[in-house]
Formats: sequence, structure tokens, C-alpha cells
Amino acid sequence: MARVCVAGAGVIGSLFAAHLARVAEVSALTRREEHAEALRTHGLRVSGRADFTARLAAATSPDDLEPPDLVILACKGTDLDAVAARLAGHWPGALVMTVQNGIGADEVVARHGDWRILAAVTFMSGTRHEDTHVQYVLDTATWIGPARGTTYADAQSVAELIVSSGLKAEAFEDLRPAQWSKLIFNATVNTVAALTGLPHDPHFAALERPDDLGHLVRGLMDEGKAVAGAAGVELGEDPWEMNVLATRRGSAHYPSMLEDVEAHRRTEIDMITGALVREAHRVGVPVPLHETMERLIKAKEDSWS
Amino acid sequence: MVVAVIGCGAVGSLFAANLATLDDVEVWAYDLAQEHVDAINRDGLKLTGAGEVTGRVRATSDAAELPSCDFGIVATKAMHTDAALAATARAFADGCVATVQNGIGNEEVLARHVERVIRGTTFPAGKITAPGVVQWDVKGDTTIGPFEDSPAPFEQVERLADACTRGGMPTKAVQDARGPQWRKVIFNAATNPLGALTGLTHGRVCERPDLRRLASQLVDEGKAVAAAQGIVLDSDPEELIDYAARPEVAYGHKASMLQDVEARRQTEVDYLNGGIAGFGKKLGVPTPAHETIWALVKGVEASW
Repeated sequence: MARVCVAGAGVIGSLFAAHLARVAEVSALTRREEHAEALRTHGLRVSGRADFTARLAAATSPDDLEPPDLVILACKGTDLDAVAARLAGHWPGALVMTVQNGIGADEVVARHGDWRILAAVTFMSGTRHEDTHVQYVLDTATWIGPARGTTYADAQSVAELIVSSGLKAEAFEDLRPAQWSKLIFNATVNTVAALTGLPHDPHFAALERPDDLGHLVRGLMDEGKAVAGAAGVELGEDPWEMNVLATRRGSAHYPSMLEDVEAHRRTEIDMITGALVREAHRVGVPVPLHETMERLIKAKEDSWS
Repeated sequence: MVVAVIGCGAVGSLFAANLATLDDVEVWAYDLAQEHVDAINRDGLKLTGAGEVTGRVRATSDAAELPSCDFGIVATKAMHTDAALAATARAFADGCVATVQNGIGNEEVLARHVERVIRGTTFPAGKITAPGVVQWDVKGDTTIGPFEDSPAPFEQVERLADACTRGGMPTKAVQDARGPQWRKVIFNAATNPLGALTGLTHGRVCERPDLRRLASQLVDEGKAVAAAQGIVLDSDPEELIDYAARPEVAYGHKASMLQDVEARRQTEVDYLNGGIAGFGKKLGVPTPAHETIWALVKGVEASW
């Protein structure tokens, strides 16, 4: 039986940990001791699209956990550097998979150790009700591809493990098309939601009046597509179509950046819009709209610090 | 002389209370906030902060109570102009009406209701802290001039300017008031929404180099739209932005649009960024930054 450690037990980490615990020996690496203790004592409950409680090991230090075969780094992008630093020097044989929004997570992790690395983007979502209870909301897939020292076969075996646990996953030879589609989608939808306070709803696709938000959303996505094109990345799904489709689903989704802003937490702006803007500068494509969004979000973070 | 201030919010109150200190001016205030009206009638209209003034002002929420006036000073939020003038126009059948509101397009609305219109721009700012009490945050000048399409006689413009100045609100009468107005519109459109979207005061917006550059981008687009109409700005809005950021001026001032957003009130973005974007479109001048800001602030309003 495979041994998996999920580092960071927020929504995404909890969903992975609980499901995988049905087919693997799972541990959770948490930041807070009371979180680890609660997980050890009560297990981890999943509601919503599934309904079960998983048993798993949990600790705040990698020293207290059995060396895993697979580490899923599921913390927020803003915490990734710190979490990877805590893993430095541990579990040299493990395969490490990043699932953060944006691009460049694998490079952040690579700075802290020689692990073999897989990169993933996940489209599943949920709501965390307490340390030991997560609600599974959107059962969309996690896409996995090779990053450093890994192959398509590695991605496939992890995808199979995840699928066997009841979640959706798919392996790709090259993750970049999917990663970039999601990057452009997130850089647009998350920042617009965080600045307006609107969840991802039909306003984002409205194009009738000159002040409708759809124009801005499309403008941001067009800038992103131009960057991807100049960087030689052929996109997977079209971000605008992802947007239109998502706003038609009926249930308004609260992007994580909007939740961060409402809770006065630091956002993932650097790893999402920041990454896109850095790439744009590298390939020489102007992105004035994304620069505007980045400035406004950073200034907003400033207003509560 | 009889003056009625239409919309006795922060700016309207500054005019009303100061004018009411003059013996030769009878001041009325028309406002829909009954608590504010009652407090003014009971205790006078009090200004604190940059100036300590208590003006004896007759306030009412019933337009029928307004006497026939020599002048109106319209200081409502821009989106309430039409309704306020529809209710009060009768009082100005023989008078002149000036706007000191933010944004572009207010004069056109006034001219639909009254004959003699005065274009105006004012810089003083403050906020209502309690019914009948206004904190005066920022002192500043006012410029008024005849509205080209439906002008008030220039000697009447001068007469109003003289009264305001004597009352403690320095006001200049000029033939073409478009320059100062566009300077302020550009200033407001380049700074207010940045405060509203980020929650930062004017000074804190300006001390972030990235936001300050965004403000400059908005200024440049606005200047291009003004130039395309042959409007000569009386001075550079950039200077105004830096001046206002000084600690002794308006560093800690929350832009009215930020106050609106915090109170979940409709903002004036349609008359600021929307106004500039609208004129830009008509004149073929691109305004992508104003369009972005306009859409974001409308999104904020839609989120309530």
C-alpha cells in the first residue's frame, strides 16, 4: 500500500487526504498542533459529494511521520516556500506533487530539495467547516504532469491512485496547456472577484452595457492569451469559454482570493497575476490590465496591514 | 439675497453654513435626510475642523417650502441631480442655479429644469459626522462660470462668487469654467476610485509608486479627452494629486467614493470614470484604464 503525506490540510489538502486514506496510508502535515491533534483524534470527515470519515496520521513536524512515497503539497501558494523549507532534508526518495494556483510552484519547491517533482492543477473545490470537516463541492478533476525528474508514467500512476480514491484526476504529457488555461482564468476571475466583492457569477460574462464587467474579463483573458502565445504555450481550454460555462452553472463560486480579501489575509496575487506579469515582461508582451489588477490587489492588502 | 443649497451633504453644508454667516444672505437647505434637516433647524448647521462655524440655515425636506430664490447651489450626489431639480426647479424660476457637484454632465441635467445655469467646481471637502454636524476636512477654492448652452448672466455669476467669498468660501467667477472642472474631474477620476477599490486614504494611495503610476495613467487618458474638446486645463491635475497627498492637506482623507463604498451607497463613478470614458468614446480617444476602473467600481456596487 502506498504511503502519502498531504502537507497543508486546507480545503484541497483535506479533500486529498480523506479520499486517499481509503486506498493508502495517509498522513497530514499541519501548521497548528491542535489541528494535527484533532485529526488524530476525530479523523477527517467529508460531506457533500461524498460522505465518510477517514482515519489518518497527523503531525506538525515531518520527523513525527513515516517517510511517504508521495507528498502532495496542498498549502496555499503564499505558504509554499515555508512549507517546502520545513521538508528540506527529509524524505529524499519521495515524489513531491504541487497543486498550487498559478505557475512556478514546482520551481519554489525545487529550491528546497532534490525530490522528484510532479506539477498539478486542481479544479475541485470545497468548503472547510472545521479542522476535521470539509465539504466536497465541485468534483472537477486534478490534472497532473511531469515537472522535474519525473515522467508521464509517474503522473499516470499518481492519477490512478487519486482516481482509485474516488476523486477525479488525469495525467498529461505536458501540463503547461492546462496550467496556463487555469492561470489565465484565475488571474482574471480571482482578481476581479477580489476587487469587486462579486462571486464568480453572470456579471463576469455580461457584455451588453459599456460598463459591464465582461469587457474587462475578456480584456484580461486576451492579454493572458497573448502572453501564452508569445511564450510558446498552446492553451488547453479557452479561458473565456471556461468563464462563460462556469457562470452558467448557476451556483456562484467564491474564488479563494475573494475569501482572502474578506478575511484580510494575504492573497496569492504574486503566484497568479504576478507570475503572469513576470512572464509577460520576459516575452515582451504588454499587459497593462493585469498590471492594474496586481497593483490594486497589493494596495488592498496594504489597507489592512 | 436668497440662496437655496440643494443637497446638504458635506459640500452643500460647507456652502450653506458659511453663506449663513452673512447678514445679507438668507440661506435655505433642501435635503431628504429628515434627521439632518431637523437637527439643522433645531441647533443650526455646525462645521468643525478646518473652520468652526455655526450657520443659521432654514432646512426642509419639502421642496414646496422653498421660497423664490436668487440662487441655487446644487450639491447632491450626481445621480440624484435630476430628481432634486425636478422637485425644486420652481423656486428658481427667476434665479440662477450653480452646480458644485463632482463629475461631468451635471450642467446638462440642470439645464433640463432651469433656464440660467452656472458651471462650477469646488475643492473643499468634509463629511457629516452627526445630524447637523459636518467635519470640514479640506479648505479650497471654487470656480464658477456661465454654462455655455444655457448661461446665467455673468454679473449674476460674479454676484454669487462675491457672496461665497465673503462668507468664507473663496470663489472665482470666470467666463470659461471648463478648464478647472476638467482638472478636478480628472483628479477625482484618477484618485477616488483607487481609494474606493483598495480602502486606502488619498495619501496612502499616492505613496505607493505602483498606484501613483496608475493614477498618472488615468490622468494622461483624461488629459487627452479634455484636449480633444479644446479644453485648456487651468493647471496640471498631477500637481493637485501631489499637493493633496501632503499631510496638512488631505493625506488622511478618505475619498468620497471610498466613504460611499464603505456605506454601500451608489458611487459617482458613472460621472467620473464613466464620464471620461463616454467622452473618450465619442471623440475617438482610447481610455482603457478608465474603462477598467469604471467596470470594477460598478462591480463593487453590484456586489451589494
